[in-house]
Amino acid sequence: MSERLEVRKTYKLYINGAFPRSESGRTYELRSEDGSFIANPCLASRKDLRDAVTAARAAQSGWANATAYNRGQILYRIAEMMDGRIDQFAREISLLDGISRKEAEMEVRAATDRWVWYAGWSDKLGAIAGATNPVSGPFYNFTIPEPLGVVGAIAPERKSLLGLIDAIAPVILSGNTVVALASTRAPLPAITLAEVIATSDLPKGVCNILTGKRGELAPWFASHMDIDGLDITGVEEPSLIAEIKVSGAQNLKRIHSFEGHPSPQRILAFMESKTIWHPIGV
Amino acid sequence: MKFYGLIDGSEKSLIHFLGTLSGVDQTGADSRAATLATRSIKTTSKRFAIDLVISMVDLTTLEGADTPEKVRALCAKAVRPDPSDLTVPSVGAICVYNDMVSIARAQLDLLGGNHIPVAAVATAFPSGRASMAVKMQDTEDAISAGAGEIDMVIDRGAFLSGRYMEVFEEIRTIREICGERAHLKVILETGELVTYDNVRRASFLAMLAGADFIKTSTGKVAPAATASVVLVMLEAVRDFYQMTERRIGVKPAGGIRTTKDAIKQLVLVKETAGPEWLTPSLFRIGASSLLNDLLMQRMKMRTGYYTSPNYVTID
Repeated sequence: MSERLEVRKTYKLYINGAFPRSESGRTYELRSEDGSFIANPCLASRKDLRDAVTAARAAQSGWANATAYNRGQILYRIAEMMDGRIDQFAREISLLDGISRKEAEMEVRAATDRWVWYAGWSDKLGAIAGATNPVSGPFYNFTIPEPLGVVGAIAPERKSLLGLIDAIAPVILSGNTVVALASTRAPLPAITLAEVIATSDLPKGVCNILTGKRGELAPWFASHMDIDGLDITGVEEPSLIAEIKVSGAQNLKRIHSFEGHPSPQRILAFMESKTIWHPIGV
Repeated sequence: MKFYGLIDGSEKSLIHFLGTLSGVDQTGADSRAATLATRSIKTTSKRFAIDLVISMVDLTTLEGADTPEKVRALCAKAVRPDPSDLTVPSVGAICVYNDMVSIARAQLDLLGGNHIPVAAVATAFPSGRASMAVKMQDTEDAISAGAGEIDMVIDRGAFLSGRYMEVFEEIRTIREICGERAHLKVILETGELVTYDNVRRASFLAMLAGADFIKTSTGKVAPAATASVVLVMLEAVRDFYQMTERRIGVKPAGGIRTTKDAIKQLVLVKETAGPEWLTPSLFRIGASSLLNDLLMQRMKMRTGYYTSPNYVTID
């Protein structure tokens, strides 16, 4: 019998529920620490970012109008799908991070658990961040947290899967849509996560994942007028952070960077409070 | 000369003339249109193209739910598409239903848009299924209300069953009503004409009968203004010019929503009919949401960053 031909995978972007190549046609080469070839992921351009933002904007109101319970269920479904792909995630992580398969599997399990943890918050947030306010008049006065809109998220280079999940899950949970830029050094788990999301009932456009260089794309994230919030946890270079903050300020973008353990604050960072007055007894 | 000397006005001569038209190579037309669509228009050319397209837009609202307020708002947008930037040109025309013509005309005049004509869809738009008397009255109403352009539909049923003379007479009658008072655009509704041969034949028929413009579609039928169909129509006006030395305009309408699509149309015009057609008096684009995309692209080119639909009107 002849030797079987290897079926090699093309790693692509995830925009509007589809897997396109970069419109620029560019890719970059990934090599492991010993120098052997791993893959050619897409090098996304600013126009891919623009397309992703258009998709995210179109998907936003529909996603925000889904009930919190429904959003939580869909997020939980994503965790279920992730759990079935532990091997694939672990292989990619151990290859790119140079850690043992066992350590990689632990990271994937931690990531899945993190996702489940976020999913649980969807219908409970209102209880901790909302309020019934005492007012002097015959009114009920409520404050409820509402999603911000379209959020950009630049995921950290290290802990590529866990970092990406921390960038995506708390954002979309509340009804935002997201355009995430994966780790440049280790983008393969991000693309696998996109495959998971594509088969998990999450409406198209709610989560878009790009692979590419942060130095090239981050300024476009910051200046894009249709991105309402930006998570720059994954940007480390001080001059780039300064540039992002300056151009983000011009369009009043909410820019955050997060450290330490996950908390509901991470979800609330990309929400805003809406206060409603309702007359009593009418 | 009557009918440009190409026919004598009898059914026999019309059918004979249409029979002499060469057939359209469908695969060739599709691939030519696809090739031209790959051309990349950037920087200064793009800036020029965006302003040209804005001046060619027939800003359209043809909904059963149209209100006078919506039409007035559209007129304001037609005169000054981007109130924050006075260098943006006005659009080519406002395109509305018959009963909105007087409202649109008054509002345009009020806002200093005297130079912007109101185009009215007439002759029982969009189906064209009404008696000739109704179609004539429809046209007369629109013109007396102030329409400077009439977008008439042809009877596709008659055309498809080969009653060319009926379609020809219909266009001629409407042409006579328009006279010098209004430009006549003839809507072929190419999505219902089935073949490119039919599109070419219908284009010539409309031009012979006195159309100033031939227009692809009503916007109510898909497919509408595909690149190939526009190419076939542009070839028809080019060939007609060679026969008669008269330039007829072309108006694609329906399905053109992005700046990219619109600029592709300009490439088709330039390469098929020629640069003489790159003017609002010979090329128009019927659209509603296109204008916002053009304005957003223009803002992007001016400021250097991507803008948001929050900065243009909702319509």
